[in-house]
Amino acid sequence: MSVWFSHHLHAFALAFKRLAITPLGSLLSIAVIGIAFSLPAGIYVLLENLQALSGQFSGEPELSLFLKLDADKSAVAEIESHLDQHPHVAAFRFISRDSALEQFKEGSGLADVIDGLEGNPLPDAFVITARDISPETLEALRAELGELPLVEHAQLDSAWAKRLDSFLRLGRLAVFMLGGLLSFSLVAVAFNTIRLQILTMRDEIEVAKLIGATKGFIRRPFLYFGAMQGVVGGAAAWLIISLGIHLTDEQLRGLMALYDANFRLYHLSLEDSLSLLLFSAWLGWAGAWLSVTNHLWRIEPR
Amino acid sequence: MISFSQVYKRYPNGYEALKNVSFTLEAGEMALINGHSGAGKTTLLRLIAAIERPTAGSIIVNGQNVSTLKSGAIPFLRRNLGLVFQDQKILFDRTVFQNVLLPLQISGFSSRAATGRVRAALDKVGLLDRERARPITLSGGEQQRLCIARAIVNRPSILIADEPTSNLDADYARDIMDMFKSFNQVGVTVLIATHDVELLGGMHQRMFTLSHGELTA
Repeated sequence: MSVWFSHHLHAFALAFKRLAITPLGSLLSIAVIGIAFSLPAGIYVLLENLQALSGQFSGEPELSLFLKLDADKSAVAEIESHLDQHPHVAAFRFISRDSALEQFKEGSGLADVIDGLEGNPLPDAFVITARDISPETLEALRAELGELPLVEHAQLDSAWAKRLDSFLRLGRLAVFMLGGLLSFSLVAVAFNTIRLQILTMRDEIEVAKLIGATKGFIRRPFLYFGAMQGVVGGAAAWLIISLGIHLTDEQLRGLMALYDANFRLYHLSLEDSLSLLLFSAWLGWAGAWLSVTNHLWRIEPR
Repeated sequence: MISFSQVYKRYPNGYEALKNVSFTLEAGEMALINGHSGAGKTTLLRLIAAIERPTAGSIIVNGQNVSTLKSGAIPFLRRNLGLVFQDQKILFDRTVFQNVLLPLQISGFSSRAATGRVRAALDKVGLLDRERARPITLSGGEQQRLCIARAIVNRPSILIADEPTSNLDADYARDIMDMFKSFNQVGVTVLIATHDVELLGGMHQRMFTLSHGELTA
């Protein structure tokens, strides 16, 4: 246990020393990783914010149920009791055709025209709020209620929310693809830094092998180095995003005041931040591992 | 204990470095390998440390058959050997102290225990006051003693040295040889390759002579 600990401590210290001994090179590598990662992570933050923003403006999506014109009071009562017992319906309100006509008269300014009509062209209607507002269940509810007798038409007012949702989904896919591609660059950065290190440390590696170093002993500092570079690069990405959010938030607050809305940008959550760091550490480690396994076996004592 | 039995070493280009070499060096013994340059001395020592593998024959070191050792076991074989290389292999980017520390770091010593051992090894070779020096500032004799300190810091049971006195003047060379003798006196098995026969004039040691890859005496 203590040997194991001492080996890892040694490797960690060595990796840190190597990182610190070439400050400019390390800084540039870290900057490359940070910038590469801040792009997908930044877009991710943007999408999260867009979703939060859409939630603030749209409120709850509503479902409108228009009855047939020949529906009488008893039919209305029947539907009312059906909605009362329906498990997916959170709340509903009834708008009778008379009150709908009144509202329309007031709202449209077409009172004269409407008065000239022979009858009331508007149907009775229910406006329903669902318990579960995910697009799939809303759509199912709409289809189900549309089948009821004496219901002419059921309409979701949340079509735009659906569009936004699929847009966000597309955006997330783009984030993952971009993240995947740029992860490659992190692996490449780690691979090349480690390759250079191995080349310059040829003598040391050879001597270590000659006096009884195991492969693990030689490999470990390089792996730590890769992981460390990755984690610091991830932290750099986090800082870049923080700075971006801070600057944007200042501007946004002025804009939101004009629209009388109170909206603040969200930062990456603790969970997302940790995932970012862990993922970049893992990528750095993987790049280092690839490099070490590729180059180390070539150095055999002569 | 080192035991060679009918060992051959042929290089891929067809050159035969060792032919039918058999000998046994008991634990605690000291011996010299003598011979002209190119006689196979270095090859023989490299076979012991598994830096190279024999083409045929078996090599037993401390009860382990080196010729069939798995590559994963080689590091642990080498930790029981003290090796002094012909080209020294000193790391010039670190201090004398750190050079001697390396074998202990590899074995996983805690830094406190290691510090004591490094100082003890440097003291034995008379370099204690130079521990913070850079190897490049040491004289040739001092560099050689640094290599010896690195070889003995792990307290190996076998010490192997390849031309440890080459490039040294006679006085320094005698110092080095005396040092090896003193290690042998405390029970370490010592095997030294050298072409410097004159130096051995006053020494009554067991001696192997290699000529064109064959053991002649």
